[in-house]
Amino acid sequence: MVNHVSLSETFNKDEERVNWHDETLWWVRQKRDKAVWQIPEWEELRDMASQIKMNALSNLHDYLLQFEKNALANGMVVHWAADADEHNDIVYDILAKNKVERIVKSKSMLTEECHLNHFLAKKGIDVIDTDLGERIVQLAEEAPSHIVLPCIHKKKEEIGELFHRFLNTPEGNADPQFLTAAARIHLREKFMTRRVAITGVNFAIAETGEFVICTNEGNADMGAHLSDIHIACMGIEKLIPQREHLSVFLRLLARSATGQPVTTYSSHFVRPLPGQELHIVLVDNGRTRQLGRPDFRNSLKCIRCGACMNTCPVYRRSGGHSYHNAIAGPIGAILAPNLDMKEYADLPFASTLCGSCSNVCPVKIDIHQQLYKWRQVLTKEGHTPAAKTAAMKVMAGTLSRPAVYRFAGKAGRWFMRNIPWLTNNRFNPWYKQRDMPAPPKESFGDWYRKNKR
Amino acid sequence: MNVGLFIPCYVDQFYPGVAIATLQLLEKFGCRVTYPPGQTCCGQPMANSGYEHLSDSCSTLFVKNFSSFDYIVCPSGSCTLHIKDHLNDDASAANAGNIRKRIYELSEFMTDILKVEKLSACFPFKVGLHQSCHGQRGLYISQMSELVAEPFSKPGRLLQMVDGLELVSLGRSDECCGFGGTFCVAEEAVSVKMGKDRVDDHLKNKVEVITGADMSCLMHMEGILKRQKSTVRVMHIAEILTQW
Repeated sequence: MVNHVSLSETFNKDEERVNWHDETLWWVRQKRDKAVWQIPEWEELRDMASQIKMNALSNLHDYLLQFEKNALANGMVVHWAADADEHNDIVYDILAKNKVERIVKSKSMLTEECHLNHFLAKKGIDVIDTDLGERIVQLAEEAPSHIVLPCIHKKKEEIGELFHRFLNTPEGNADPQFLTAAARIHLREKFMTRRVAITGVNFAIAETGEFVICTNEGNADMGAHLSDIHIACMGIEKLIPQREHLSVFLRLLARSATGQPVTTYSSHFVRPLPGQELHIVLVDNGRTRQLGRPDFRNSLKCIRCGACMNTCPVYRRSGGHSYHNAIAGPIGAILAPNLDMKEYADLPFASTLCGSCSNVCPVKIDIHQQLYKWRQVLTKEGHTPAAKTAAMKVMAGTLSRPAVYRFAGKAGRWFMRNIPWLTNNRFNPWYKQRDMPAPPKESFGDWYRKNKR
Repeated sequence: MNVGLFIPCYVDQFYPGVAIATLQLLEKFGCRVTYPPGQTCCGQPMANSGYEHLSDSCSTLFVKNFSSFDYIVCPSGSCTLHIKDHLNDDASAANAGNIRKRIYELSEFMTDILKVEKLSACFPFKVGLHQSCHGQRGLYISQMSELVAEPFSKPGRLLQMVDGLELVSLGRSDECCGFGGTFCVAEEAVSVKMGKDRVDDHLKNKVEVITGADMSCLMHMEGILKRQKSTVRVMHIAEILTQW
């Protein structure tokens, strides 16, 4: 069965690669630390962001209608999608109506969540991802492994090989600057010739009916400004009440994500260019269901900065693909079970509950607490293996009866001392790469009875 | 003051020396310590695995054992945090609530309640301090590297009071070791890799002893050190503070 355990075990077969992956992402975490220490009021900012998001989520219905009204007044076309299928159909209908078969798309985790590329490919639409990292994983026919750094799992040599195959760069050239220039030429042609651009949305503002897209490459702008039709796709939780709230979020987003003070481009889209169509697709896809779960609703505060992934000691050593979901890492592990409990039942267990994720989160989502709570829900809903349930029952039975516990402890230690192969064998996952603790003759309880009472 | 000594199940069974050192430390600083003999486990192994509902009888037993003390002290941040966050007993809710308020991890009890300023311990070794996550990020016994906030460390402060001890700083001051309860066997590959990396950080910085306030993390790192045939030892902080 494909799950986080098996996928991360495979990832760990190449230890050098794990080291490289870990160190690369730890370096991003350190950049984040340096940047946030420049802001004395950092913790206050996080608080404020959290409160603004809670306000937005608590009044989502009203803000959505306000946004729609203002966006329509600005000349946008507003679409509502209940789920991924509706979202994909809406996008396809716009393309079909305009007889468009080739489009460009900038980064949008929502379209990844809805598997839009796959859907459009089956309909014969050619989609070119214009974010460099996304383009690289697209050429490799892989999914992004990180929401901010989609190809962070790939070494530059591997990218050089891909570009040699697909973009005719010289074999063996893995110079990042050279490869970026090659990608630039390749993408420039797509920007110039394609009439439709799909983008994501980082923030949508109810008060003004505008939306904001943050990129470092300017690829969203390039796509949108050169297009006849711009389709922006957003999850309904991207809404914030007022424009001035951006001053909080834009300060938090890039510092948390990469340690930059701000993204290179933070572009406001208010109305279509003359002659252009500007569509916005508002997508639910399980978000209102999550909003209805008191323990998990504040996961919708997420602004997709990826800081929880960079800091997660498990993510850094298991890779983004081990989460088999569009959004990996700790935040993915609390969002995914809402989409499909059975499919993603393994993810909340892919954590030591160390809590580092909650501490770096710029909107203060209690990620590790939610991981714990999802474990309880998944168990109660019957999504944990029967063997585990049986083992847990035995453990609970032993630990709730002092006499049984003492007997089991004593017997266990006796066997470990006298017949060590009972535990020191390949069927014991502890023993595979770790020695067992030395079993003492006497427990502390035994000692205390002899010496103190 | 009357202190109830709560010894986690795996410490009771595998590390009696840690429990004895804890008892000796508390007695040295004037506590009247009782070890309720009917105690077993806080219930965390079940709860963290998603079976909180199976830990009810452990909770009932815990409340029965620890209701009558001024304080409850435990040489483990993780087990302490579990009691603080999750101890409930419908039959005696008030007692459970009182226990949640009165339970302390050993090093925070020493700095915050006993106000220990001086120790007569001596331990002339290079020591690396492993900041276990639940004590640190759950009980706040040390500042967390993710936050823009003044650094402090309660176990670190105690170790600084030990004569001859050289506290070594690490490359990553508070990264998880990968023990994680049942995670250590359920996600064996990642757990071991995390443990190896944590151990390496200590080894690179030439420590002779790795210490911490949670024996579970130390047990995991000890397993890795022993498999590597390393001469570096692990010792619970109580075992160092009692080197008098």
